[in-house]
Amino acid sequence: MTVKRITPELFEKLVGLAALELTDEESAYLFDEMNHQLASVESLSQVPIPEDVQPSLHGAEPEGAGPRADRWVPFPRPERIIALAPESENGMIAVPDVKGAK
Amino acid sequence: MKLASISAFEIAKKVRGGELKASQVTQEALAQIRKVDGIPGSLLPYQVSAEEERKVHAFIQVTEEMALAQAKKVDEAVANGEDPGMLAGVPISIKDIFCVEGTTTTAASRFLENFEAPYTATSVQKLIDAGGVILGKVNLDEFTFGSSTESSAYQPSTNNPWNTEHVPGGSSGGSAASVAAEETALSLGTDTGGSIRQPAAFCGVVGLKPTYGRISRLGLIAFSSSLDCPGPISRDVRDAALMLQAMAGQDPKDSTSSVRPVGNYLQALEQDVRGLRIGLSPDYEAVYYPDLETGEIHREPIQKEVHDAVLRAAEVLAKAGAEIVENVPMPNTRYGIPVYFVVSRIEAASNLHRFDGVKYGYRTKSEVRNLEELYRRTRAEGFGPEPKLRILMGMYLSAAGYSSDYYQHALKVRAMIRRDFDRVFDPIGEFSLDAMLTPTTAATAFKRKDVFGDSLLMQYSDQMTVASNHAGVPAVTIPAGLDDGGLPIGIQLIGNDFCEDMILRIGRAFEQKTQDDAWRKVRPQALGGEVQA
Repeated sequence: MTVKRITPELFEKLVGLAALELTDEESAYLFDEMNHQLASVESLSQVPIPEDVQPSLHGAEPEGAGPRADRWVPFPRPERIIALAPESENGMIAVPDVKGAK
Repeated sequence: MKLASISAFEIAKKVRGGELKASQVTQEALAQIRKVDGIPGSLLPYQVSAEEERKVHAFIQVTEEMALAQAKKVDEAVANGEDPGMLAGVPISIKDIFCVEGTTTTAASRFLENFEAPYTATSVQKLIDAGGVILGKVNLDEFTFGSSTESSAYQPSTNNPWNTEHVPGGSSGGSAASVAAEETALSLGTDTGGSIRQPAAFCGVVGLKPTYGRISRLGLIAFSSSLDCPGPISRDVRDAALMLQAMAGQDPKDSTSSVRPVGNYLQALEQDVRGLRIGLSPDYEAVYYPDLETGEIHREPIQKEVHDAVLRAAEVLAKAGAEIVENVPMPNTRYGIPVYFVVSRIEAASNLHRFDGVKYGYRTKSEVRNLEELYRRTRAEGFGPEPKLRILMGMYLSAAGYSSDYYQHALKVRAMIRRDFDRVFDPIGEFSLDAMLTPTTAATAFKRKDVFGDSLLMQYSDQMTVASNHAGVPAVTIPAGLDDGGLPIGIQLIGNDFCEDMILRIGRAFEQKTQDDAWRKVRPQALGGEVQA
């Protein structure tokens, strides 16, 4: 069995997609660990799956009441939610300009 | 009488009966924390003295004022002739992954250093409503990602009360340690791949992962939403049953919580085990892991003392009238960890997208040019290595080109793991079991720093526990002895869906039949016991 590897190029692409920035030391560590974990994941490819097996999202079938009605309910103290934001203006959450410098 | 060491059941009984004040119990628990816990985990630099090395460090935050107010309320209820609840005056610690209004809820991450929960998790609220007294928030692996509590951003991380050179396990390490060190009678933990049971086994206490959906997940910061289960940690089985009783039940605010009626777990403990069928499986006698170069699978037998403890427990239960069924095949157990690498990483990556420095939590202090740079800088500074690893792995495994190879395939193997349990618990099937008896961990608690950093080896420490998470079935770990180094050994009982009453009943029977065992008299190092060389 040949173990698949995550390439340095793919790793860099994933870092960008994940909205992360890594130091060289972090990159080296995480790159190695991802490939180690992939060796474990790859072992699943050897597992024979009977035809009738369907993917299981939960193990046991959920017995919940199902989703609630799609109805808007106001939070009783919205100012507490806004207060959690790192930056707010006039009761609204503030962010830097989306595209570039203001 | 030393209140710290008595059970939650006894505390509640005495408080309810007016023999004991909740405020007195709370003061004694706070004194025990001051005595054994040492400096709390924090983001600040610290110097480790020899004395601090021997402390437990379970707590990130002690909520003394809140605890005393709750205790006062319980005492007032008793004085007024009102029902103070089934957990009246019982000191409880909460894994710091649950939102509790009036506390910071950190998830042991720099990202949530200042996050003040705007509401209280349903499970915690039920404990408070039942008269429980919340002593504080305890340490864990960052966002629950780990099996030793060492990955917490809040250092020093928790030590094992039995030998402080060893880890308490994780991710609910602070929970298990706080109960073992008699700082609290109960703790609320979470179990995604074994995060209640592995630390409970390492710390010589009881830990229960209920059936998925038995306890509400509302207010629990999500790791892997199809696997996460809140559950009790206690010093004996009766206390675990009591705590489960207080928390179980449907929550209209969690659509995955079960509508099935809640049983009477305490009453179930009064039944013996005569006629029950308990299975032993050869598939729980070894850990299977891949060679990193060739991919070849190696088989490593579990620690002999752990294996012996399982066999001895089977003997004890057989003498009590249970029927032991040997050689029960659970052939897909060995795939539990690779499936977990796929499912939990993909779900974790999805759940961690919400941490962006905009709505709440950490935001970079550096100047940024645009929103994208804000995201990247914030996530780079706010997350530790383990969340970053999980995000990257989850994104890789769920990427468009790989999803069918990895995710869909893993979900099918997960279904096969579930089939193993369906087959052995089928009441008209070949085995017709009431429970499986297995080791909780392949080995006892490892030394600090021995495994930390090796994410593969760390994950494989959950080999014995993770299958029941995939299947959704309940499982409980119970102390069953000490190894030659004086470290606790845990055995695990796994039951069918919503059969918590059955595994607790069997566990209680084992506990009662072994109550005079010499190992039960040995005290943890943190409580004055001697460490074996």
